Amino acid sequence: MFIQVTMSLLEGFGVTLKIFALTLLLALPLGLIISFGSMCKIHPLKWFVRGFIWVIRGTPLMLQLIVFYYGPGLIGTWGQKLISGGASGFLVEWIASWTVFDRFFALILAFVINYACYFSEIYRGGIESIPRGQYEAGQVLGMTKVQIFFKVVLMQVVKRIIPPMSNEIITLVKDTSLARIIMVYEIIWNAQKFIKSEGLLWPLFYTAVYYLIFCGLLTILFGYIEKKLDYYKI
Amino acid sequence: MSILKVENVYKKFGKNEVLKGVGFEMEAGQVLSILGSSGSGKTTLLRCINFLERADKGVISVDGEVIFDASSAGKMSAAQMRKAQLNFGMVFQSFNLFPQYNVLENVTLGPKLLAKEMPNYRADKKKIFAHIEDEAKEILDRVGLSDKLEHYPCELSGGQQQRVSIARALALKPKILFFDEPTSALDPELTGEILKVIKTLAQQNITMVIVTHEIGFAKHVSDRIIFMDNGIIAEEGTPEEVIDNPKHERTKAFLNLVTQKE
Repeated sequence: MFIQVTMSLLEGFGVTLKIFALTLLLALPLGLIISFGSMCKIHPLKWFVRGFIWVIRGTPLMLQLIVFYYGPGLIGTWGQKLISGGASGFLVEWIASWTVFDRFFALILAFVINYACYFSEIYRGGIESIPRGQYEAGQVLGMTKVQIFFKVVLMQVVKRIIPPMSNEIITLVKDTSLARIIMVYEIIWNAQKFIKSEGLLWPLFYTAVYYLIFCGLLTILFGYIEKKLDYYKI
Repeated sequence: MSILKVENVYKKFGKNEVLKGVGFEMEAGQVLSILGSSGSGKTTLLRCINFLERADKGVISVDGEVIFDASSAGKMSAAQMRKAQLNFGMVFQSFNLFPQYNVLENVTLGPKLLAKEMPNYRADKKKIFAHIEDEAKEILDRVGLSDKLEHYPCELSGGQQQRVSIARALALKPKILFFDEPTSALDPELTGEILKVIKTLAQQNITMVIVTHEIGFAKHVSDRIIFMDNGIIAEEGTPEEVIDNPKHERTKAFLNLVTQKE
């Protein structure tokens, strides 16, 4: 039984890792773009982006998962009702064609947007903490704005944001368990199956081992990166 | 012909008028020191000349060529601005070295990035970079840091950091080198090594504008001195004229105060 549970949980943890990796891969660059938006000199854009961040950070990820999964389908149904009520036109027909997203797609979408917003605030803090003198030094050396960002500022930002980033990334590992809300079969889901089928509770507790090992590895990795960047001080 | 001509510069920050019509000229090879109490506008003047701030009014010419005219500055492209900026080197009060690069990299970064704009960059990259590095090592030797090439800024004393920053500015061969209170962030015992370097540069006929509080040093190293008070030039002349025989009341009061402290 133990081996059977271990294998089943391993399979579920594979899905967990997939959610984790995809979210990280997409949210890290998207977060940088959002952070530029939130620092933009065009004020309407800046306030729009900040408002968006406020909504995403101000509501539970669990709720966002439900909205992203069921939302499009609900809007589609509403569109169809409008049509049967006699409405017509290109827009109504387009809305009526909306259906439920694929589970996994909706899940990744919600996770990426949620985490990109959190990352963007970390990036913003990092970028804004770089003293003006660094930009000015680049400027008097004839650098362009792009060169100043990539050659001067970025490495200093990276060093500053590693601690808050590692925190957020470790939280992401455990947030993946929310996937079961819209029935994406990750490790917790697989463990819960054993309650129903075999009347076993311990597989659920056993999942902690997987999380602990993975978070432990991440902690070691971040410690290593921090040490690697120790050769300079900001 | 004067190497730098500044005419009628005005600058406001909000309602606070910091510069109220400042103008001066200087010749190549001269050393000009700008004195004045805090808030007199001397640092702002320097920053307006090298485009770290944009003057509201005024004209700036280098070698007889107008590089900035506030009345048409809106039309200036970023590229033009960068090109004009390269006439000047700048040494900051707080050094502003790049912490993630070692001494040699700090000095070569600017020239290496500029080299990308050379037509033969791709073909001769290795040769160009080797040349830049040789020059940087030579400059670092001149400021007495040839044994620190691989060190990072955090491993250096304040005086050493400021010497790197002087070398970094020199590496781009600016026509005029600006110093913004180069010793204000340093302990008194480290001030001497910076002043010594500046003195050597003066002997090599490098054109310099120095904003400073070191009256004794300014008197010794400068060809001309400007005393600023409340956004205008209150007094201007040779060190003997301004420091030994000040005419303006404010200059006298300032010098009294500073020499008392010294």
